[in-house]
Amino acid sequence: MTTVQVTRTIDARGMPCPGPLMSLIGAIREGGVDDVLEVLSTDAGSRTDIPAWLLKAGHELVLIAEDDGYTRFVVRKLK
Amino acid sequence: MDETFSLALFSGTDDKLNAAAVLTAGAAAMGRKVNVLLQYWALDAFRADRIHKDHGVAPEAGPEGIELVQRHNGQHWSEIFRQAKEIGEVTIRACSLSMEMFGLSMEDLDPLVDGQEGVAAFFVDVDGPVTFI
Repeated sequence: MTTVQVTRTIDARGMPCPGPLMSLIGAIREGGVDDVLEVLSTDAGSRTDIPAWLLKAGHELVLIAEDDGYTRFVVRKLK
Repeated sequence: MDETFSLALFSGTDDKLNAAAVLTAGAAAMGRKVNVLLQYWALDAFRADRIHKDHGVAPEAGPEGIELVQRHNGQHWSEIFRQAKEIGEVTIRACSLSMEMFGLSMEDLDPLVDGQEGVAAFFVDVDGPVTFI
């Protein structure tokens, strides 16, 4: 099994919609190709918005996991 | 090419401006061009010296609604508009009629506002329905 090395973690817990998505978009822009970004979010909208944006923008959703009161998204920048 | 999201903002209360800012950010994130026209009280709320002041909430909120909105500590709507402009193609212009009515010039407005235009110029960039808030 391979483990994914996270390049950068964005702790957006407590931020309301669309804050976590906006933070992710900013980080994707600043990052390089193949960077792996982790977003932590308590905002329910992120669960639909982050996958929708990734599909549109063409980056990879590596993982969505429910943790203790928040959702963890792992994303790979593809271009 | 996706349709432009055209938004005419009339109301100047913080809840409606927040809803408009969130819609703008979502549209910009999904690759839509966003075309915003500020009229009346929405324009007044974008005055540089007033943008961060309390603009109240819509009348339908009622006392409980006011409390709910105030308790929800989100980012200020102006910050959400700023982020939307950073990630996408968002143009915010003041309606020249409202500018004239309020005796405003561009220097009176927050830098989020890109310019002023008449309503016909607004429709140059409209290629679908106009959302009115």
